[in-house]
Amino acid sequence: MINERILNGLLMLGLIAVPLWALWADEPFTITLTTRVVILALAAAGLNIALGIGGLVSLGHAVFFGIGGYTMGVLAYHAQTFTPLAEWPWVIEGTKSMPVIWVSAILLAALAAFVIGILSLRTSGVYFIMITLAFGQMFFFFTISWSAYGGEDGLSIYVRNGFPGLNTLVPIQFYGLCVGLLCVVLFLTSRLIHSPFGLALNAARQIPSRVETVGLNPMRLKLLAFVISGAVTGLAGALFADLNRFVSPTMFSWQMSGELIVLIIIGGVGRLFGPVLGAIVFVALEHWLGGISDYWHIFLGLILLLIVLFARGGLVGLLTGKEGPHV
Amino acid sequence: MSLLQVSQLTASYGVSQALFGVDLDISAGEVVALMGRNGMGKSTTVKAICRMIASTGTLRFAGRDLLDLPSHKTARLGIGLVPEGRRCFGDLTVIENLQAASRPGPWDLARVSQLFPRLGERTRQGARSLSGGEQQMLAIGRALMTNPRLLILDEATEGLAPLIRQEIWAAIGQLKTETDMAILLIDKSVKELAQVSERAVILERGATVWSGRMTDLTPDISQKYVGV
Repeated sequence: MINERILNGLLMLGLIAVPLWALWADEPFTITLTTRVVILALAAAGLNIALGIGGLVSLGHAVFFGIGGYTMGVLAYHAQTFTPLAEWPWVIEGTKSMPVIWVSAILLAALAAFVIGILSLRTSGVYFIMITLAFGQMFFFFTISWSAYGGEDGLSIYVRNGFPGLNTLVPIQFYGLCVGLLCVVLFLTSRLIHSPFGLALNAARQIPSRVETVGLNPMRLKLLAFVISGAVTGLAGALFADLNRFVSPTMFSWQMSGELIVLIIIGGVGRLFGPVLGAIVFVALEHWLGGISDYWHIFLGLILLLIVLFARGGLVGLLTGKEGPHV
Repeated sequence: MSLLQVSQLTASYGVSQALFGVDLDISAGEVVALMGRNGMGKSTTVKAICRMIASTGTLRFAGRDLLDLPSHKTARLGIGLVPEGRRCFGDLTVIENLQAASRPGPWDLARVSQLFPRLGERTRQGARSLSGGEQQMLAIGRALMTNPRLLILDEATEGLAPLIRQEIWAAIGQLKTETDMAILLIDKSVKELAQVSERAVILERGATVWSGRMTDLTPDISQKYVGV
């Protein structure tokens, strides 16, 4: 068994060493693949706040991923076509600046999470899952019919957006940005877990009625967690769109939401580095098994089945010998 | 002036009415025993006071009407509840259970550890792995961390080993002598209740049937309404 901190350190070391090796070996595709791992890990890390700590099984987190993606797509589209995004009451121009896009993606995803959270957190259990799924489907079909931004075909962005002082078209530099953001989010999440808010949220997941008896409002705790979670997933969506230079309604699909949950379950629900390990395994299977067969999801399903049956703490739990979901 | 004022309190579970007129007053620093046989409405009264079930009548705490407040706001006003059945947050450690409930005031981790040295020795231990008695101490500590003005203990010694029960009764005695906290006690041990409480209120079929000083509680009354 490995100490969880050591395992986390090894995973982080791997995320730094692999792209550096790929740079040395002149394997830019490996860097792109690792960037995909990091962005999916970031999206799942966002969901992990709601699901892992707050116990909110959201099957609609693709909404925030898609909002992040479309925020990037729409802003960059208007910048590349030199058309304003809006002319009334104020002129709003598009932008190719990553920091501006990130902030916009975070704010819009947080706003959406707030509205969806207020409505869906009135329910629990299977009803919560269904209502978040319904929101996801609403956004999915809306973007399909949103012809101004490509509708079903999606929207291509010609050049990756810029970041001051970096050439983001160089894969390793864009990777550096993504892994930097992942580190920031994981650090903040680790602080959040042990903060009074994180502890109260964890308690609210376990026994909501008892949390009320100590003066805390479980609904408010869960809503705040849902908003933070949505904001992080929105940021990941903006990065994902920049990685592919393409956005499409599939970013809003329920399959996307499901994949994020699968990543977390594989890695370990509520584990700080669960989403990272889950994303590594997921992308590795997708890449290697996907090259052998189109039906690689069968193997993914098998792994998921084994983890659910025999390793409830996910791979992190299995490797560290800790079964429970406690972070 | 009463800290908690309950008058003609009624409450129902759906269509089943459980309380038909509970009267109960507690002053600051006072220890009151809420007594009665099983199923007479003691725990329901506690739930109604903590706004965990809807109720009607008069329910005031520190001059504030509680009937329009949600449960978590009653706790913020200063009503700390140690509910029946403990139910600590099992995925959290002892210290995390206490920190999750912490509100500003004189009660902090050090003071809770002082009251329950067993908890002080197990701060990093998962709450799920504690013994029943230690979990009960944690439940009391968690309620104290909210810095209540009224502490309600619902069957705090139920199902515990005699030695642990003694420790908990000693802690309640310490709270009585060393703080100005009002305490509402529900327990089956009439002997211990009599030792620590100043007054008693007896419920029968969801209504108050006797109220007075503990010294006035004669064996006849006790036998008639409590069965002991």
